[in-house]
Amino acid sequence: MSAWLDEALAKVAADATALRTVFPAVGRRVGRGPTDTPGRTVDDVARVRLLEAAPGAAAEMPGLYRHGDAAEKRAVLYGLSVVDTGDAGVELVADALRTNDTRLVTAAMGEYAATHLDAAAYRHGVLKCVFMGIPLAEVAGLDRRTDEELRRMLRSFAAERTAAGREVPADLLPLLTELDI
Amino acid sequence: MRIFDPHIHMSSRTTDDYAAMHAAGVRALVEPAFWLGQPRTSVGSFTDYFDALVGWEPFRASQYGIAHHCTIALNPKEANDPRCTPVLDLLPRYLEKDGVVAVGEIGYDSMTAAEDKAFAAQLALAIDHDLPALVHTPHRDKAAGTERSIAVVRESGIAPERVVLDHLNELTVRMVKESGCWLGFSIYPDTKMDEDRMVAILREYGTERVLVNSAADWGKSDPLKTRKTGDAMLAAGFTEDDVDRVLWRNPVEFYGQSGRLALEPDAAPAEFAGNSILRGARK
Repeated sequence: MSAWLDEALAKVAADATALRTVFPAVGRRVGRGPTDTPGRTVDDVARVRLLEAAPGAAAEMPGLYRHGDAAEKRAVLYGLSVVDTGDAGVELVADALRTNDTRLVTAAMGEYAATHLDAAAYRHGVLKCVFMGIPLAEVAGLDRRTDEELRRMLRSFAAERTAAGREVPADLLPLLTELDI
Repeated sequence: MRIFDPHIHMSSRTTDDYAAMHAAGVRALVEPAFWLGQPRTSVGSFTDYFDALVGWEPFRASQYGIAHHCTIALNPKEANDPRCTPVLDLLPRYLEKDGVVAVGEIGYDSMTAAEDKAFAAQLALAIDHDLPALVHTPHRDKAAGTERSIAVVRESGIAPERVVLDHLNELTVRMVKESGCWLGFSIYPDTKMDEDRMVAILREYGTERVLVNSAADWGKSDPLKTRKTGDAMLAAGFTEDDVDRVLWRNPVEFYGQSGRLALEPDAAPAEFAGNSILRGARK
């Protein structure tokens, strides 16, 4: 993508702690425009590549998240799905789901969350996305993790919306109708 | 009159101040990391503050059409507190953030050995991260402190044109001018420096390498002192171009050395981490 990125990839490959100073600078070095992957920007993609290139990135990710700005946090959350952090990433996902930042909540509900969150946390993550207007297409694992309790919660949400005379998001309907089959 | 306030602590100010500053012509500012008035007791307290300086505060400023940048450092006063000094190890992470345009405020408060150590270490960080440095000169024993600060800057190897010595007065201006460093002046209601004294200094020493700031914070201070100084300059016969140089082009030149100044406020998201500064129900 850029000479700067090639150099940065080599640097973090040699020493994962270099991520601490490379990560914050990525946006101004490689840009922040859109990519072919919907919702992912050039800096998102570059940061995830850096995480993949750094042996021992898993140990750095909590610190990168804690001291990261919103863009850095988002990249760490995306990175959880490609770098094996065991269960250590659950805490980061939980932190992101406590925010009201749609960029972070969206990134939190990726494949890692679908695999690692317990049932209660996963359901609330999905419900939070619905509340915040995040398209459910962005949420990983709905096909296998939608259970009876989540359907109940979503149906209740839809009922509240209807009672208030407000619209029910269209992408919710397939999940609800499955209940009525 | 376009104004860049190169030193103002907006975290301590209200949204009314942002509105009044914009009305007075302020379009850009730098918020240096400093003491909170109340001692910090842990490193976490610093990092939460730094996170606000690169996150929430630029967002607030953008809502009023003002571009916000910051400087990051362990301040001289708290460099004396062993509960705070470990934050030095975390600075490299923050010194690479987009909105960070200098290392600062560093320098002396009481000229202790611990301050010496933190000052030198942070000048080295400025060199490592290719950033200018903002040096606070002490309130007490100012002339001796300023002289010693110039010596430390010289020893560090940082280029003098990448350093500003701030809070200068009639007794310290000449030595800083001769050092090749930039000259910072904080215009305060009662203390440090006032508009008329500032005009006299500009008459004597010229407008080159001069930065004028309000240094407004949680104490008795006035975020419109930059504008009032511009008005006083015009009243004293300086041209509009002189005023523009002091209040805009000089700070742009100094902090522009970071390569990170972004003077168009971002097309900010309507909310930051779900928080809007607009209170009350939104429909």
